[in-house]
Amino acid sequence: MKVGLFIPCYIDQFYPQVGVATLELLEKLGVNIYYPKNQTCCGQPMANSGFECYSKDTCKLFIKNFREYDYVVTPSGSCAYHVRHHYNIIEQNENVTHLRKNTFELCDFIANVMETLHLDASLHKKVGLHQSCHGLRGLKLGQGSELVSEPHSIAESLLLKVQGLELVSLNRKDECCGFGGTFAITEEAISIKMGKDRLTDHIKNGVEIITATDMSCLMHLEGISKRNNLPIEVKHIAEILNSQC
Amino acid sequence: MLTHSQAAKEFNKDESRVDWHDKAIWHLRQNRDLGVNKIPNWQQLRETASEIKLNVLSHLDTYLEEFEKMALSNGVHVHWALDGDEHNKIVKDILEKHSVQKLVKSKSMLTEECNLNPYLEKYSIEIVDTDLGERIIQLAKEKPSHITAPAIHKKKEEIDQLFQKMLGTPPSNGDAQFLVNAARTDLRKKFLNADAAITGVNFAIAESGGFVVCTNEGNADLGVHLAPVHIACMGIEKIIPKLEHLGVFLRLLARSANGQSITSYSSHFFKPRKGQEMHIVIVDNGRSKQLASEDFRNSLKCIRCGACMNTCPIYRRSGGHSYGSTIPGPIGSILSPNIDLKKYSSLPFASTLCGSCTDVCPVKIDIHSQLYKWRQIIMKEHPNRVKQMAMKTNQKVFEHPRLYNIVGIVMRRAIKLLPKSILYNKLNIWGKQRDLPNAPKKSFKEWYNERS
Ligand code: SF4
Repeated sequence: MKVGLFIPCYIDQFYPQVGVATLELLEKLGVNIYYPKNQTCCGQPMANSGFECYSKDTCKLFIKNFREYDYVVTPSGSCAYHVRHHYNIIEQNENVTHLRKNTFELCDFIANVMETLHLDASLHKKVGLHQSCHGLRGLKLGQGSELVSEPHSIAESLLLKVQGLELVSLNRKDECCGFGGTFAITEEAISIKMGKDRLTDHIKNGVEIITATDMSCLMHLEGISKRNNLPIEVKHIAEILNSQC
Repeated sequence: MLTHSQAAKEFNKDESRVDWHDKAIWHLRQNRDLGVNKIPNWQQLRETASEIKLNVLSHLDTYLEEFEKMALSNGVHVHWALDGDEHNKIVKDILEKHSVQKLVKSKSMLTEECNLNPYLEKYSIEIVDTDLGERIIQLAKEKPSHITAPAIHKKKEEIDQLFQKMLGTPPSNGDAQFLVNAARTDLRKKFLNADAAITGVNFAIAESGGFVVCTNEGNADLGVHLAPVHIACMGIEKIIPKLEHLGVFLRLLARSANGQSITSYSSHFFKPRKGQEMHIVIVDNGRSKQLASEDFRNSLKCIRCGACMNTCPIYRRSGGHSYGSTIPGPIGSILSPNIDLKKYSSLPFASTLCGSCTDVCPVKIDIHSQLYKWRQIIMKEHPNRVKQMAMKTNQKVFEHPRLYNIVGIVMRRAIKLLPKSILYNKLNIWGKQRDLPNAPKKSFKEWYNERS
């Protein structure tokens, strides 16, 4: 099994430690993981802003970079969702259909492809899980609170395997953080208010570290938290699943 | 007209009001959750409803004709209106024929959509909205901010003030029971003196020609049973094929709205009582255009429960008026661009595409996917130049790995080295109320290259 690692552009540039944690974690789990060096972005920023037409060559570049791999793994539910659901704008050849089926968000890959039950991780902190929307409702990495059936969450079940970690319950367990790509800029007022409200929920419930399957949500929450000197940290779930402290 | 984000910014100037608004509406969502979780086969019920509606949409012509035939044979007058103007004229002509001076109306978003009230007022016809929420906003000369709770943006104390001014009630310190009684006493007179009653239609049953109006206050019934003329106004999409399908929708509607198992009154109307005249006005007003478009057709499945508004984190924090359209919230944002693409071009962007609306919708409309599709169309037809330039730049950078690497280095250096006053300039909207992420020395790619 040959697995390609896709590190989203903003993680590459601003949160390299998340890329490192993802790589180390997958290596620890025995995955043959490769990082194609010509990768850039999945094309989502343009597409979600209404300029899907400008993203076609970026999508094609993604396919070119990863076509030889059995799976692509990425520490982002949002990017995985984008490849799976919005790569219908380029010609659907064998490579495209293969990658649309086999691009996985990290936790999804660990739980559903590798079916790993054992994680050697520990973190003695109170952690709040922010359910990033594209992973939760888009990729169905869990049961959104709108639906009626057995509650479950892949991210939550992995976090519960981390020694010493206390998973905190929230008042609103899966409300959006307000990042939303260019929404964060074009609807700044609401974006900030949504972020503040999420932070308040976590802080009120005693969370020390907010985690998520998407760093973009956390970048937004961290930005607001730092500006207001709030007593809370953010860490991508890869960092937690790879931690030993 | 303000764009959604401008209106939302205004609304957010009063943060405690935003908190109050968010909480009031979240409460509806929480009640909805309690209500729907009592039905183990909820997902199946949604699927069934969706399939019934899809069947209706693909045979709409046949069902509408069947409905018309049955209604006519029940002794009901049936009228067809291409748009809002035609609808208003038809209603006015009926009223004129009966020399109607006073009219009571029970909630109909359609008449709101057609702007019926101001139209009839021009002809000196007194029109009184009889749902409590509608009455409140009518007295306040405002527009509804929600489709099932039109005055949800008003606090009790504000309604108290309004009633003092408009109905002459004594101050009550926002006592809800007192205010309800005051409205009821005032409305009773209106009901008794009305020459005609207008209602909306929630479901029109093709096989019987009957139709159903759902209210919690019984005001539709009171109006209709007292007045000699009943005019029911419906959009073409309100059809369901058979009476046996009604149960599916009645179970979904109220639960989705606020968790009630069924609306207090689900009144069936078939034919006029002796001496009464009954009319049905069937309105298109852009619906057949929506029907013709494959991407947006299934928005016509909507049963107007309001659940997508209640769940929407943006709606709750920007208020219904920020959408500037008759139907606000997520569903409004996919219906309105069909009516006027340019005017409503900001609405599909008033979303993070979180998808909660899609999952809460009792008839399974893929609302967030349609928002995404509208975005593509809007940026083709009315591109926002600044955004376009930014995205063109992104395009160049992301298509060329080497350029991407260089831009990354430059950007990180800039963040590291530039003084805060320059970094956080006016154009940096991200940084107005948020810090930028720390710029690391090396990107992941640089780190990886060194490692291997
Ligand atoms: S779109 Fe769905 S959730 Fe929204 S009002 Fe219509 S039926 Fe209700």
